[in-house]
This record gives sequence, structure tokens and C-alpha cells, in this order.
Amino acid sequence: MAIAKMHIWRGETGEGSFQEYECEFTPGMVVLDVIHTIQAEQAADLAVRWNCKAGKCGSCSAEINGVPRLLCMTRMDSINTDQPITVEPMQAFPHMRDLVTDVSSNFRAKKSIRPFKPRKPDAPDGTWRMQQDDVNRVQEFRKCIECFLCQDVCHVLREHHQHDEFVGPRHLVYTAALEMHPLDTEDRTADLKNEHGVGLCNITKCCTKVCPEHITITDNAIIPLKERVVDEFYDPVTRLLRIFRPNKNQQGA
Amino acid sequence: MPEHTTIDHDVIVIGAGGAGLRAAIEAAHSGVSVGLICKSLLGKAHTVMAEGGVAASLANVDNRDNWRVHFADTMRGGQYLNNWRMAELHAKEAPDRVNELESWGAVFDRTSEGKILQRNFGGHKYPRLAHVGDRTGLEMIRTLQDHAIHQGIDVHMEVTVVTLLRDGDRVCGALAYDRERGRFRVFRAGAVVLATGGIGKAFRITSNSWEYTGDGHALAYNAGAELRDMEFVQFHPTGMVWPPSVAGILVTEGVRGEGGILRNSEGQRFMFDDIPDLYKDQTADNEEEGWRYVQGDKNAKRPPELLTRDHVARCIVREIREGRGSPHGGVFLDIAWLKEKLSNAEEHIKRKLPSMYHQFKELANIDITKEPMEVGPTTHYVMGGIRVDGDTQMSTAPGLFAAGECAGGLHGANRLGGNSLSDLIVFGKRAGEHAAIFAKEKGRGAINDAYVTDEIKRALSPFDRPTGGESAHQVQHDLQLMMQKNVGIVRTESEMAHAIDALAQLRERAARCITPGNREYNPGWHTAIDLGNLLTVAEAIARSAIERTESRGAHFREDKPDKDPAWGDRNLIISKGADGAMQIRQEPIPKLPDELGSIIEEMK
Ligand SMILES: Cc1cc2nc3c(=O)[nH]c(=O)nc-3n(C[C@H](O)[C@H](O)[C@H](O)COP(=O)(O)OP(=O)(O)OC[C@H]3O[C@@H](n4cnc5c(N)ncnc54)[C@H](O)[C@@H]3O)c2cc1C
Ligand code: SF4
Ligand code: SF4
Ligand code: FES
Repeated sequence: MAIAKMHIWRGETGEGSFQEYECEFTPGMVVLDVIHTIQAEQAADLAVRWNCKAGKCGSCSAEINGVPRLLCMTRMDSINTDQPITVEPMQAFPHMRDLVTDVSSNFRAKKSIRPFKPRKPDAPDGTWRMQQDDVNRVQEFRKCIECFLCQDVCHVLREHHQHDEFVGPRHLVYTAALEMHPLDTEDRTADLKNEHGVGLCNITKCCTKVCPEHITITDNAIIPLKERVVDEFYDPVTRLLRIFRPNKNQQGA
Repeated sequence: MPEHTTIDHDVIVIGAGGAGLRAAIEAAHSGVSVGLICKSLLGKAHTVMAEGGVAASLANVDNRDNWRVHFADTMRGGQYLNNWRMAELHAKEAPDRVNELESWGAVFDRTSEGKILQRNFGGHKYPRLAHVGDRTGLEMIRTLQDHAIHQGIDVHMEVTVVTLLRDGDRVCGALAYDRERGRFRVFRAGAVVLATGGIGKAFRITSNSWEYTGDGHALAYNAGAELRDMEFVQFHPTGMVWPPSVAGILVTEGVRGEGGILRNSEGQRFMFDDIPDLYKDQTADNEEEGWRYVQGDKNAKRPPELLTRDHVARCIVREIREGRGSPHGGVFLDIAWLKEKLSNAEEHIKRKLPSMYHQFKELANIDITKEPMEVGPTTHYVMGGIRVDGDTQMSTAPGLFAAGECAGGLHGANRLGGNSLSDLIVFGKRAGEHAAIFAKEKGRGAINDAYVTDEIKRALSPFDRPTGGESAHQVQHDLQLMMQKNVGIVRTESEMAHAIDALAQLRERAARCITPGNREYNPGWHTAIDLGNLLTVAEAIARSAIERTESRGAHFREDKPDKDPAWGDRNLIISKGADGAMQIRQEPIPKLPDELGSIIEEMK
């Protein structure tokens, strides 16, 4: 049985330090298992969020050796255990205790996005028809488990703390899922530009790299949204065309 | 009086999974003020983990399906111990509830005509499960969550309810603490809906998370409500068995629905060896017919891998016990074999079962498109729960409603896959609606301050005890091992009697547990509080399982291996006696109305 040296951040509301723990681990164990072992044997009050332990709920986000990851999906044998392993809370959010941060800003950001507004049903029984090909993209976005790792890594939030000006990659993915939903009739382009700060994203793609659901956040969600904003607000040709061509709001109404 | 804040709502809903969210939406829709309380963050409840699908007789894939077939399937699966009124309403209303999700933005997989696609699942006669790959629960909870946040509901996240508050017999509030700071809150309400989910943490090997400590069951029991059918705990046949740290994590039945087959170490497809009489007419005669069924051939009968969960789980246990198991103590579940049948098998598997593909790749280093998985039974779901009225979902305690996994009745002795997600939305809606009506009629009740004071003291007692006591983690761990061993998938009288004694000892140990640290986000303390609930549900399960001297559905006794017709018309009811001790009694099942009886006869 191997022994790992864990340096785990302990403390409250930003004050704290790395504490050293040694913990045995067996093949197949993930970092969350090690944290739980430490909790059971050495530090019963070590605070960590988790639920599913299967990469499905997005609760256990933290930074392992400085990289934003899910604790429950990071296998011990995928990291170098000759060196001490650091585990610390996500840096982009206010600290609460140990590995737990205050992610409530995400829930507020989501609420500020205009909700789904479907067109009238297609069939007399009140149902709709959509082809699989037309929903594949939206289904990609809807895989999001709201782990907020992308929010954590994005420099606009992490370094520049522009939580009030920028909704962040998770919520751009959410907006894209609504905007590209075949049934939706709402228009969120003005909000994207004015309230949600899509322009602040400079396409570094860091968010895409950390997404545990492998959602191509930047290419598939953010860039198309940026294009919509450009089309609607800056492109004279589209603006002119729109006078003659019905826009999204009128389609299928 | 110890410090606490007081919050007023007309209706409070405890639990924000599918059932709680749907109840909160409905109550808000009725125009009352609603508070929604949950132990973890919004959107993280167990419902998020559901994989395979939601059952509703939409008849999009097979037009022979309708509510009557769904009703008969549910009753057969439950071995006729179900609350038949719930089974009827569930089958009738599930299609509307699923379509409603689409109108709130859910994006299910599609048929070639552009309708909601449906897949096969164990015990369902026709392809009936609306789904999104193998992440249906995520789709459902997100849809409900995203809809709910715009309905004026007050959400109290990371807040745990420790006891319900009563005015006489009537339930009219709850005492809770917030996990972040450990501060207490009193919620005053006109009606309370419990939607707290299950009890899986009473066992060692489980697909369930830390939240599943049977809180709702215990809260209701302690508030004077009755529980029913607690002997019926579903052990899902396919959980991961290796590596040890992930043992118990679910492998969706969808794998078998898409054509996955079970084999033992001798390569034999053992499910063909033992097909129960109740299902003989519905099961494929050979492997070739089974494959045709999976492919959508309407004249073919389903493969034996899709028999009900209780049966498949026991067959797997038999193979393992008789020495035909896989290297890590399971059996083989093979979906990779599809490459013999389909040229694009790899891509097909990845598209139909994406999260299974990732789960095995990332947690076990196994590529399921190339190799078989190793699987074995895992504690999954509790059929038993708070006894409710089928129409209103009110418990036997006035003002207290329950919906979802914490409520009992719909599933009888065994739940069919997919019938839980539909349960949540059908009865979540009903609970929310009727709780709102009750609250409007009765107004808020009075709160007993002395009781609140005592309960806060009790909740804080793990901090005040003399040093030297154990940690709650340790006692919880021992409880899980004990239940797994003595009240698990194969039961006997003597082991269960031992469990009752062991529970008394564990209870004493729990009363001496100590918690280090302070009240702020302290998992040691949280576990100490949850432990009391686990002990209550464990006792209810063990006592009911001893009482039912037969084998039926998920309840299997080696010392009474047969079904006893005399037990076929009775439910077991648990309640708290005046002396505080647990009472158990048998209660006859009300007679089925002729109309429903004839449906069952017709579909036999
Ligand atoms: C891995 C897995 C896969 C599954 N797949 C399927 C499937 O394909 N189809 C299907 O039909 N079913 C499936 N099920 C079963 C189904 O998912 C659950 O039965 C269902 O989601 C339970 O929903 P619920 O709303 O009753 O409770 P949950 O979704 O579990 O929600 C419970 C809520 O109660 C809260 N809570 C609990 N105690 C307290 C307390 N003391 N104070 C405050 N809040 C509290 C929790 O925080 C949570 O918000 C699956 C289950 C698992 C585990
Ligand atoms: S691509 Fe945009 S949203 Fe993503 S991390 Fe970079 S700046 Fe942030
Ligand atoms: S988009 Fe990906 S990284 Fe961002 S919250 Fe969703 S799952 Fe997490
Ligand atoms: S615990 Fe659910 S994603 Fe890690």
C-alpha cells in the first residue's frame, strides 16, 4: 500500500494554511477518497462538498496541484505521488471553510438570463417535433453539471473579479443552449452585450480545457454568441437585411 | 431561548430533487408563498444522477402502449402490494408530466419523426423510457431548476432540517440549521412537503450519496406519520465492483436496454436459466429473439437480462456464490459484443451510453466498447416510505405531505426502472397542489418554543459531550457493514434478529459520539445528526423484514424462499408508539376496483 503526502488547505473565510496529512491509498482511489479517509481518521471536521462521487453532480470542484478539477474524478494514479499533492479551494470564489467556497454568485447570474420561451406547439396534442440533428448541439451544452470549474479558471473572474460585468463561461453555455434551442423564441442578444459582458471574453479557451464534460465552450457556445452580437449590433448589412427578413422572434410563432 | 431566526412561508418543501422542485413549482403556481429547503446546493440532489430514463406511455415508439399497460406492468413489478390508486394516477398522468418538461425546455432524444424517443427497460412491456442518452436525471433536474428559479420560490440551500414542528397533531413547520455557519432557523408554514429521497447510506455498498440518510422517513415517523413497506429495499443488479473505492456506483440498466448481456466466468449467459412464471410469456426463448427485441422487433419478446431488478440481482448473487463470478467478485456485463452485430458499434455505444463510457474509462480504465464490465448488486432505492393518500399525497399526519422516493406505495414490493423519475413529477405536482390547498384553508399553526429549545440543545449535544467518545463517521461505518451483512439482499430470521440487537448497541454508541471543531461547515457534526435518522430507518427495515415471513419482490429470505399467498394482500405499517418504541402492524390492502382488476386480468 502506498502513502501519499497531502497538503490540504484548512481555514475559514480566506484565512488559513496548508496542513500536512499522510494517507494510505490503494489502486483506483480518487482524490476524494483520500480526503474522506483523512476525514474519517484524522480530521472529522475537514469541510468538502460532494454528492455523487461519479462526476455527475459537479459538487466536488477544487484545485489539485493548482489545476481546477473534480475531486471525485481525479485518480491518485494519474498524479505524481512522489511529491506532496496540494488540494485547495477554487480561487475565483469567496472562501467559506477548508475546501468549500461560496458559489452563490453563479445562481444569481443564471437567474439574470431570460428563461426559455417556446413557440406554439406543433401538434394539436400540445407537443413539438424536433429532429435529432437539430438538437445535438443543444444537448452538448445541456451536459453541463454546473461544477463552475470553467468560471474558476476564467481570468476575467479569477484575476479581474468582474463578476458583476461578466456572467462567465458556464452562463454563456447556458445562454447558448437557450438561444440554439429549436423551440425558443426569446432574444438574448442585447443582454449578452450589455448585461452579460460577452465582449469581455478574449477567447483564451482555458474554460474549454478544464470542462469535465468536454463541452467545447469557446468554439461551440461563446464564439457563435459573439457572432450574434456582432451581427445584430455592428454589422450594417445584417441590420439592413433584418428589415426585410423575419428574425428569430417571428419564426414559427 | 437559543438563538435562531424565524422564517414564514405558506408551504415549505423539504428537498430539491425532482419531487421537491415539482412540488414547489406547483405550490407557487397556486399563489401561495413557498420555501424550498435542501441539504446540498440547488441542482445537486440525487435526481441528477438518474441515468436511464423516465417512464411514460407516450406510445411514440410502439403505438400499442397506453396507461393501462403501464399500470399493469407497475402492479406486476410490485407483486400487487402497490397502492393501486397511485399506480393508476401515475400511469395516467406521466405522459402529460413528461410533455410538460419539454414545454419548460427539456431536450429529450428524438425519434425519426421528431418525437420524444423511448427505450426498453426491465419490466416494461413496450419501449417506454423517455431519455437523454444516459443522463436523463440531469436533464430533468436542470429543467425543473431552471423553471423554478423564475417562479418566486425562496430557496434555502445547504440547510438541513432536523425536526418537524407540530401544533397538536398537525405538522406546521420545521427546525433546521444552515451548513455554512451552523445557525438555526425555524420555518413556520401552513403545510409541509417532504421530498427528501432515500436511505441507501444504511448499507455499505450503495449507489446513493451522503444525503441518503433517510431523513424524511425519520422526520415523518417522529412527527407521528406512518411508514409502509419498509422491508422492500431495491438492490440494483449492476453496480461497479472494481476498483474498491468506486464499488457500488451505478451501471445503468440502459446498458442492458441497449443490448448488453450478462455472462458468468464460464462465458454462459446465465439469465436464460431461471425465468419466473409471472414473466414466462414475456421473455425471449433464445438469444436471437432477445437481440431482435432490442433492435425494436415488435414481435420479439424481451431478453431475460431485462427481467425485474430483484430477480436479476438474485441470479447474479447465485452465480457469484456458486463460484462462477468474475475476478473481483461480480459477473460480466458485456455491451462490446454489439460489434458482432453492428458495424458502427463503438460509435453507437458512445452515443447511447456516453456517461457509462466515461465512468468506466476514467474510474476503472476500461473501454466498454472493447471489453466487458464487471458488475454486482448495489443498494439503490427504497420502495418503502411515508404512507400517503394516493390523490393528495398527505401522510397520516395532517399538514404533512410526501412525494418522491421518501413516499411509499407506488412501487409495492419492487420498483421498475424509470418509474421513479415519473413518480417524482406526477406526485410532486399533486403534493404541491394539495399542500397549497391545505395551507390556504388552515393558515399557519402555532410553534411550541419549548420544543424548539430542546431540539436545538439535542442537535448541539455532540459538541458538549465529554471527550473519549467515538466519531460519528465510525459508528455510521459500522452500521452500514452490519446492515449489509444482516439485512441485505439475502436475509434470514437469525441474522435479522441479530441486527435488531446490534442496532440497540449502535444507538448507544451514537448517543456518546463527539464532534471536534465548531459549527461552521463541519461534516463531523452533520454526520452525527444524520446518524439518528439512519438508525431509525435501519430499525424499520429490519423489523419489517423479520415480520414478513415470505419472499416477495425485493425482499428475499433464504429461510422462507417462497412467495406465500397469505402475505399477498397485506402491507406492513410502522409507527411510533406512545412509549416511543417502534410499532409494526399488518394491514390488509383495500380491494381493487373492478375496472382496475380487469386490466390486470387482461394483461396477465
Ligand atoms: C445512480 C442512480 C441512477 C438512477 N437512475 C434512475 C433512472 O434512470 N430512472 C428512474 O426513474 N430512477 C432512477 N433512479 C432513482 C431516482 O433517481 C431517485 O429515486 C429520485 O431521483 C429521487 O428523487 P427525489 O426527488 O425523491 O429525491 P432527491 O433527488 O434525492 O432529492 C432529495 C432532496 O432532499 C434533500 N434533503 C434530504 N434530507 C434533507 C434534510 N434533512 N433537510 C433538508 N433537505 C434534505 C436533499 O438535499 C435533496 O435536495 C436512480 C438513482 C440513482 C442513485
Ligand atoms: S475563453 Fe473566454 S470565457 Fe473561456 S476562459 Fe477564456 S476568457 Fe474566460
Ligand atoms: S461548462 Fe463544463 S466546466 Fe463549466 S460548469 Fe459546465 S460542466 Fe463545469
Ligand atoms: S461528487 Fe459529484 S461530481 Fe464529484
